[in-house]
Amino acid sequence: MIAGVVTIAKMKDKKDALLLLGCPQVPVQTGIALYLMHGLRKHGVVPVVAGNPAARMLIEVSDPLHHYVGEMIDLDTCIADLAEKRRVFSYYIVFVHNDAGVSYAATVQAITGKTVVALVYGEHFQEVAGTINFPCEKVTAKAVHNPMPMKKKIDEVLPWLVSNL
Amino acid sequence: MACIESLKYDIILQGASFVECREYVKAHCSEFVTVNPGFKIFEKAIIGVPPILIGFDGDTITFPFTKPCYGTYLLRTENPDEAARIRSIKK
Repeated sequence: MIAGVVTIAKMKDKKDALLLLGCPQVPVQTGIALYLMHGLRKHGVVPVVAGNPAARMLIEVSDPLHHYVGEMIDLDTCIADLAEKRRVFSYYIVFVHNDAGVSYAATVQAITGKTVVALVYGEHFQEVAGTINFPCEKVTAKAVHNPMPMKKKIDEVLPWLVSNL
Repeated sequence: MACIESLKYDIILQGASFVECREYVKAHCSEFVTVNPGFKIFEKAIIGVPPILIGFDGDTITFPFTKPCYGTYLLRTENPDEAARIRSIKK
């Protein structure tokens, strides 16, 4: 057996998901992100996190041994790499709780042409979700301090997400 | 080329939607071009809901700039080189 050939073949089969985090001002974001990464890992999907330094540091401190999180990348670098087609992912999941989150989700959808999953949460989740008028799968919940409403939605949609997108 | 945050710029709109940014550029700039998200301006990929409008008044550029924690700003800055570069690409 040629070990190198096997490794490359396995790498091609491996699926990965980009989790694009928003501003970490809404408390549930980090917890939900880690729970989602746990779920993705169970489905054999490697999570890659992009976010601003504070959002990434919250993940780093919460998961120091990277049990759940895989690679972490700078937000601007991530967008530039997607735009220049230097990187592609199997799934694109964007955390949205404000207008900026909607803008990032629209950007990822426009530059990849892929279906984006927008996790819309926060106090004004319905209002924010209503401003999303581009092709997108919305997963919405009024989750601000308590992550359970969004956790339940993730439990419902994750099997569908990993087998249909 | 300077990064956006080190430029001398005026903030035209703060916490704006992309519809508001588009309307402002159409109403107040003497010319404009339409770009897609990911288009580079001042070496940074532009973020936003398409269509994104970049306005010009001579060498002055008016463009949206989004930050995750602060939302979208419409900024205006004078930069002959960048204005010429964008015009040449979007001809």
